[in-house]
Amino acid sequence: MDSPRQMRPAGESEVRWRRRVIARRRAWDWLFGLVGVLALVLAASVFAALFSEMLVAGFRHLSWDFLTSFPSRRPADAGILSAWVGTTLVMLVTACVAVPLGIGAGIYLEEYAPRNLLTDIIEINVTNLAGVPSIIYGLLALGLFVYQFGLGQSIASAGLTLALLILPVVIVATREAIRTIPQHIREGAHACGATKWQVVAHHVIPYSLPGILTGVIIGLARAIGETAPIITIGALTFIAFLPPSPFSDPHRLISFDWLMAPFSVMPIQMFNWLSRPEEAFQQNAAAAGLVLVGMTLSMNALAIWIRYRFRKTIKW
Amino acid sequence: MNTPSTPAHAAQAGLKALVRSLNFWYGDFQALKNIDFPVEQNRVTALIGPSGCGKSTFLRCFNRMHDLYPNMRYAGEILLYPDGVNIVDRHVDPIEVRMRISMVFQKPNPFPKSIYENVAYGLRVRGVRNRQLIDEKVEEALRSAALWNEVQDRLDDLAFNLSGGQQQRLCIARALATDPEILLFDEPTSALDPIATARIEELLDELKERVTILIVTHNMQQAARVSAFTAFMYLGELIEFDDTRKMFTNPSSKLTEEYITGRFG
Repeated sequence: MDSPRQMRPAGESEVRWRRRVIARRRAWDWLFGLVGVLALVLAASVFAALFSEMLVAGFRHLSWDFLTSFPSRRPADAGILSAWVGTTLVMLVTACVAVPLGIGAGIYLEEYAPRNLLTDIIEINVTNLAGVPSIIYGLLALGLFVYQFGLGQSIASAGLTLALLILPVVIVATREAIRTIPQHIREGAHACGATKWQVVAHHVIPYSLPGILTGVIIGLARAIGETAPIITIGALTFIAFLPPSPFSDPHRLISFDWLMAPFSVMPIQMFNWLSRPEEAFQQNAAAAGLVLVGMTLSMNALAIWIRYRFRKTIKW
Repeated sequence: MNTPSTPAHAAQAGLKALVRSLNFWYGDFQALKNIDFPVEQNRVTALIGPSGCGKSTFLRCFNRMHDLYPNMRYAGEILLYPDGVNIVDRHVDPIEVRMRISMVFQKPNPFPKSIYENVAYGLRVRGVRNRQLIDEKVEEALRSAALWNEVQDRLDDLAFNLSGGQQQRLCIARALATDPEILLFDEPTSALDPIATARIEELLDELKERVTILIVTHNMQQAARVSAFTAFMYLGELIEFDDTRKMFTNPSSKLTEEYITGRFG
């Protein structure tokens, strides 16, 4: 067979031929880079457009008063106090439920579960759960938490619902993080005489914690914007009081009455305002949107910071 | 062959462990076939053989490492003296075995913790709380692993900041800190440069004064340099076990001779 060098057209020098072939291949390199940049610019500019429109519309309304006022019939007086307090409390319940359950389930599936049909079925279902539309979780929660458990249209119901929603995210993130721990680290610990639980507690959990926390925060950032399941379980769209403070009861150190209180959350407040005809309420909605985006972005920033911090100490 | 296979021999000082008709299966695959040989106390015994011959599998029977994985089965005995317990018996807790027999792995595998915590780990899992005792044990183990002078000023540094050879000596210190009866080495120098390798080999020579050593190596010169006894394995079987000098100068098996002269492997 001819060598590639002999494939060049007669009369073309070897150097010229080589450069021509390289130039043609380099063109493909360049073209692919261009397509990538275009895709990136398109995605980023959509977000920039949305965000800047919201910024223009809502920025004037963003003030301390806006954060510390209850909703009102008069758009100029209306604020998001009950909405952001509601969102914060619901997120607290969600985190308290989803984090231990999700991490526990993830650790069990990775470190303890025997490889068999049942485990496979559970794994497939966990993955599938992540794809179930959130409104379905709302319907489940309406039947189960609101009526069956009698929790009513409360912060507890909403927190549990969103916890179910992000549970698959936390489980999957936990498993992914655990899988990055090399097997020889586990073997090293076992060789020192550690029990399975000691290996998990001293090594698996600490080394996978940055990945787990990142997953938890991404899950919470998803939950914070969820509207459909919260509407389904019956959050209020107008509420002019806060849940009882945990320190309000003089007879108890901490009271948990707030768990059972009616509530609203940020996306629902926005949804309510957007459905009003008055222009001024639209601006309120934009301002609330800015606050919500700010909450989400700061959670993501926290996730990135945690990953960055730990990456410096743990490298395999 | 000087292969004592009677338990009576165990009564004599000098025998640390005795392997008797040891078989091992991964699922349906039989990885070890009827292995018999003694492990002499305070000596280095080397296991050599081509890749896949079962030498690492055999070594990992000694600390029941296989128990971490499903679908495996042991048959036969590894009697650990002075008490003569069969450490591959299913009724013997693998954790108890690992508390008596430590291991150093092929690739240095320090934990992403401080140098101090790495060495102290074996004591911590045993529930030792006494800070002073741990301090003493950590220093002693680091000295025994010839690492103390290099790290005494930075015990709180991350173990990952050490070089590969230092990391491997740290792993040796970690294995020594709990005063094991046998120390297993699974190709401990295969990831190291020649200078780091030489240091580990010197160390083996010093360590045998206080601990019995079993070392897997793919490097025949290493086996010849460090060990008193050598076992040659091939396809899951023990082909020959003998005094190292005899094995390398006048092997009794044709197969051994072909392997150590480099005709296959």
